Amino acid sequence: MNEGSRKTIKLLCFSVLGMFTFSFALVPLYDVFCEITGLNGKIELEATTNQNLETESGRDVSIQFVSHNNEQMPWIFRPSDSQIKIQTGEFHTATFYVKNPTNKTMIAQAIPSVAPSNAASHLKKLECFCFEQQELAPGEEALLPVRLIFDDELPDSIKSVVLSYTIFDVTDYNDVEMTQHHNDNDHHDGHEMEPSL
Amino acid sequence: MSAVIESHDHDDHHHGPAEGLTRWLYTTNHKDIGTLYLWFSFAMFLIGGAMAMVIRAELFQPGMQIVEPEFYNQMLTLHGLIMVFGAVMPAFVGLANWLIPMMVGAPDMALPRMNNLSFWILPVAFFILLSSLFMEGGAPNFGWTFYAPLSTTYAPPSVTFFIFSVHIMGASSIMGSINVIVTIMNMRAPGMTLMKMPLFVWSWLITAYLLIAVMPVLAGAVTMMLMDIHFGTSFFNAAGGGDPVLFQHIFWFFGHPEVYIMILPAFGITSHIIETFSRKQLFGHTSMVWAMTSIAILSFVVWAHHMFTVGLPLAAELFFMWATMLIAVPTGVKVFNWVTTMFKGSITYETPMLFAIAFVVLFTIGGFSGLMLAITPADFQYHDTYFVVAHFHYVLVPGAIFSIMAAVYYWIPKWTGNMYDERLGRLHFWLSFIGVNVTFFPQHWIGLAGMPRRVPDYALQFADWNMVSSVGAFLFGASQILFLFIVIKTVMGGKKATPEVWEGARGLEWTVDSPAPYHTFSTPPKVS
Repeated sequence: MNEGSRKTIKLLCFSVLGMFTFSFALVPLYDVFCEITGLNGKIELEATTNQNLETESGRDVSIQFVSHNNEQMPWIFRPSDSQIKIQTGEFHTATFYVKNPTNKTMIAQAIPSVAPSNAASHLKKLECFCFEQQELAPGEEALLPVRLIFDDELPDSIKSVVLSYTIFDVTDYNDVEMTQHHNDNDHHDGHEMEPSL
Repeated sequence: MSAVIESHDHDDHHHGPAEGLTRWLYTTNHKDIGTLYLWFSFAMFLIGGAMAMVIRAELFQPGMQIVEPEFYNQMLTLHGLIMVFGAVMPAFVGLANWLIPMMVGAPDMALPRMNNLSFWILPVAFFILLSSLFMEGGAPNFGWTFYAPLSTTYAPPSVTFFIFSVHIMGASSIMGSINVIVTIMNMRAPGMTLMKMPLFVWSWLITAYLLIAVMPVLAGAVTMMLMDIHFGTSFFNAAGGGDPVLFQHIFWFFGHPEVYIMILPAFGITSHIIETFSRKQLFGHTSMVWAMTSIAILSFVVWAHHMFTVGLPLAAELFFMWATMLIAVPTGVKVFNWVTTMFKGSITYETPMLFAIAFVVLFTIGGFSGLMLAITPADFQYHDTYFVVAHFHYVLVPGAIFSIMAAVYYWIPKWTGNMYDERLGRLHFWLSFIGVNVTFFPQHWIGLAGMPRRVPDYALQFADWNMVSSVGAFLFGASQILFLFIVIKTVMGGKKATPEVWEGARGLEWTVDSPAPYHTFSTPPKVS
């Protein structure tokens, strides 16, 4: 085999390895892309650190809360209010009622999604039950809070926003580390902030 | 005296094939391996075809008649996987093995032992895949696109075997592509510059680069599935922070170039056949090369047109729509070049030419329905209907498969030394041509009328055209038995072929004897 062939083979083998690596690199790239552009309705699973969100000159925006149970998730899960009117630049706390009707302790993870997707980057949260996994004993119920604010840059065309949560049964996944990072600088117990029932 | 010495020399250098089964197991000869690939793909074509017959038999009438819905889903999945990875791709690799060394004037492929390995792992892969039919829970049932979480959370246990077989198929394709590229880049006869290379060689060079780029991505996708299923990761599981839509992005980043992997070699084959039977030099050789290159490059930036309905932002939908439509430009260049080559040519209509002309016409129909599907708002209506089924079968059956059949008729005299039966060949063409159109054309209409794809049962208003479609499918399926008969008959005997075979055929492969000797171009030919 001549020198040229050897070189071509080496180059091609590296390309194959490179493309295999690239397929895995697509995973973080996809998350970064969605985060930067706010596409896909994905919002950050961590508390905002921006202190200057509050303003006096906000405008009305209505927000709808939607809850879903993934596949066979048996928990009762619903928003306390299905729709509220709030002001941009003003904090608001909404709550979701949740109950574990089964006879075993279960752990759940809620995943948020925002529609329209270009509202996602303007919805900031100071506190959310979706930052943590939630554990409920048999028959236990709770009110889970989310403290949120719309920043001033919310496009004028958006008059109404849907914030949806899907709740997943992650009891069996509990050892698994989340691919999206938790809120490290503000670590607290899941139920600490719950208003009493 | 000198004549005696010469013939003695000749005998010394002539190594024929080994005898018996080990010839095929241990062979490193590109012609033997090409033959193995072609027979393997023919077997897979018949198995995948039998599954298509099950599908069409079930759809012959509304209601469930013959199979259970679960088994129907398995047939649908395996039909797709086998036809794509078992029939079309290995057939092209077989043609590449047979033809590329002869077309560039090389004695063999660059890496003969790897060539042997890349073939012999294929039967293993498909044995694993097909054996899943007999496992508990049945074969994969999630469609050939194996979208997560259907293929992870909800998959039958046999999905692990499916993943392993895809890994093996990928390894086989990657080794095959490395072989093709190294052969073409380093073993061309003196004087054969890149631009003088025959178009089949060009089409395979580009295809091999596409394979190198995307088969590892496919391997990555199934590896992520494997990890999600068995090792507790959450690449595609939203509960763990993953995203099912990510699967579709990764899959189609592989999947769209894959579509062109299955059609570019067909472009090469068609160019040769139309040139020969028009008895004219091909119009626009250089533009053909550039058209194929631009199609290959564009194939990397259009993947999301398969997923317009997942909720892409407007900007992405516009980008992928326009990028997709842009592909019509180089494809149009190719179609016009073929037509211009035929224009004022002294055309005769032997079987390869009939298949090639049918390719140009029917592939163009598939291209037009592709343009319709590229229009984002229209796609919202067409998505996941039989219109999509009609579209991709038009580009794959009378596209890729017809070109493979054309290639077999065109080069089989070179492979076997015998002419095929022209009368039977034409009969096979007309039965296939009628069968394919009766099968797939009505699917445009039932798709536009709203029949979803991948269903074992359907609403009553779709009954008539489904019956027509099934009848066409049975005709097409049966006519492939005739094809098998013609091929076997040609291998067994027939009118002896001349070295040139076709009047006015161009290319180095027509300068060697028919059948091609076991070793060709041990000393490279001079190309002017």
